[in-house]
Amino acid sequence: MTMRDRFYAELDPLLTAADDAVVVLAVIGSAQAAPAAARHPGRVIDVGIREQALVGVAGGLALTGRRPILHSYAPFLVERPYEQLKISLGHQDVGAILVSIGASYDASREGRTHQAPADVALVAALPGWTVHVPGHPDEVAEILHREVHRDGRVYVRLSSQVNDRPRPTDGLLHLVRDGDPDAPLVVAVGPMLDTVLAAVADLPVRVAWTATPHPLDGAGLRTLAGPAPQVVMVEPYLEGTSAAAVAAALADRPARVLHVGVPRDAELRRYGTPRDHAAAHGLDVAGVRARVASFARTPAVERP
Amino acid sequence: MTTTGTARADVRALVARVTGDEKHDPSAHSTLDVVRVLYENVLHVDPDRPDDPDRDRFVLSKGHGPASTYAVLAAHGFFPADWLDDVGAWGSPLGHHPDRVLVPGIEVGSGSLGHGLPLAVGMALGLRGRSPARVVVLVGDAELDEGSNAEAIQVAGRLGLGPLTCVVVDNHSDNHGWPGGIAARFGVEGWATTDVDTRDDARLAAALRRTLTDRPTVVVVDAPRKDAA
Repeated sequence: MTMRDRFYAELDPLLTAADDAVVVLAVIGSAQAAPAAARHPGRVIDVGIREQALVGVAGGLALTGRRPILHSYAPFLVERPYEQLKISLGHQDVGAILVSIGASYDASREGRTHQAPADVALVAALPGWTVHVPGHPDEVAEILHREVHRDGRVYVRLSSQVNDRPRPTDGLLHLVRDGDPDAPLVVAVGPMLDTVLAAVADLPVRVAWTATPHPLDGAGLRTLAGPAPQVVMVEPYLEGTSAAAVAAALADRPARVLHVGVPRDAELRRYGTPRDHAAAHGLDVAGVRARVASFARTPAVERP
Repeated sequence: MTTTGTARADVRALVARVTGDEKHDPSAHSTLDVVRVLYENVLHVDPDRPDDPDRDRFVLSKGHGPASTYAVLAAHGFFPADWLDDVGAWGSPLGHHPDRVLVPGIEVGSGSLGHGLPLAVGMALGLRGRSPARVVVLVGDAELDEGSNAEAIQVAGRLGLGPLTCVVVDNHSDNHGWPGGIAARFGVEGWATTDVDTRDDARLAAALRRTLTDRPTVVVVDAPRKDAA
């Protein structure tokens, strides 16, 4: 089951578990949500293809104590109603759970209109948001069932790319592959983990993982990275999205940091498969391996 | 309903404390009668229980004219009237656009146009089946330019949101006008429509009190031209 299908399958349990939860849709996902809508009359609202209303209505629901769960493709959920995220949710000091599909280039055949690799950077630029980038359908369910009982502003980014097994969604950075404590630390975010593990299989690096890049587990990063950090952040969205958070976490020590993600300097005007796009962006096994190997060959900063 | 019985002159004096001038800001001026009548005669709100889940909600969407709302809220005791004397100052909770987090009685922080009506639609949905509360949102005729309002008008009409009332204060400030009238744009989406003017409190109150169970209501209030105020 994909993350997306798992999300739809969890709607009924979520509405059952949380009396205040309301699902708000803008056509995308409406058919899949029909069984949950039938079991919970009035608690699945489709506003039509109106994404400003999607977020505005969610803000109003939250102002009356409801817990809105919003869903659409990332560009229509984050970019089109961006001011609504800022004003109708953030400025009102209310929360919502946004669940996007499309990731960076899952909609490879649909083209640029359906792709939003800047989504995490945009959401993280607004105050008070938590961004979850799960790597497995079980993580999606775990995150949603926890967040539905809270009241914060949450962005959950689903992708077709998955890891072979679920890992803890506690918001912390977890060491997945240990090694020499002075070796570079490669941080894989969400669904990038299996790609990273394959890419660095024969490289002298350590690998850590998180499903929650924002807010980043800065304390965990400092602990794992050590006194003279060499860190590679591998994120499945806009390259450098976590740069400010990593810099802040490592501000008290000399550090070398490489950010690997979707390049921000050009629009890829090609269709094909998500795998094609990963390769074109250097986010497949070969691309990640080349960047990490080059980084690891560079001499480390001298320890203080 | 509050029973303070605020006299028209008292509220105008409070507005003058905000504007610092008897030549009122036109935006505030055009909304004053509507907001005053709402709080005197229409809304069920209690300044001692500003968080009552069953209170009626007033949403000032055209947040650039908050002086009248500030004055009415102060007149009804939501906050001390001396807050009106330094609006926009560093230490003041009252800004040129209202912030719900800072001001008791302000339900929605506004200023950027076109957010209040969609929020009010969501509030009406959130209250439906749980509370007898109404949601009354005030927008301007120029504010209706924002496409987000069109989306919200359509959604509210299709979902038949009885607890929702939209008051459009038409001070004829829209650059391109509304051929065929403003009410028609709501009517075609299934809203009940009423046109009134601001010269008669009783008629205004009657129009604002009217709700239907199966559809939202719009009250288009004809106000003096913005440039004539």
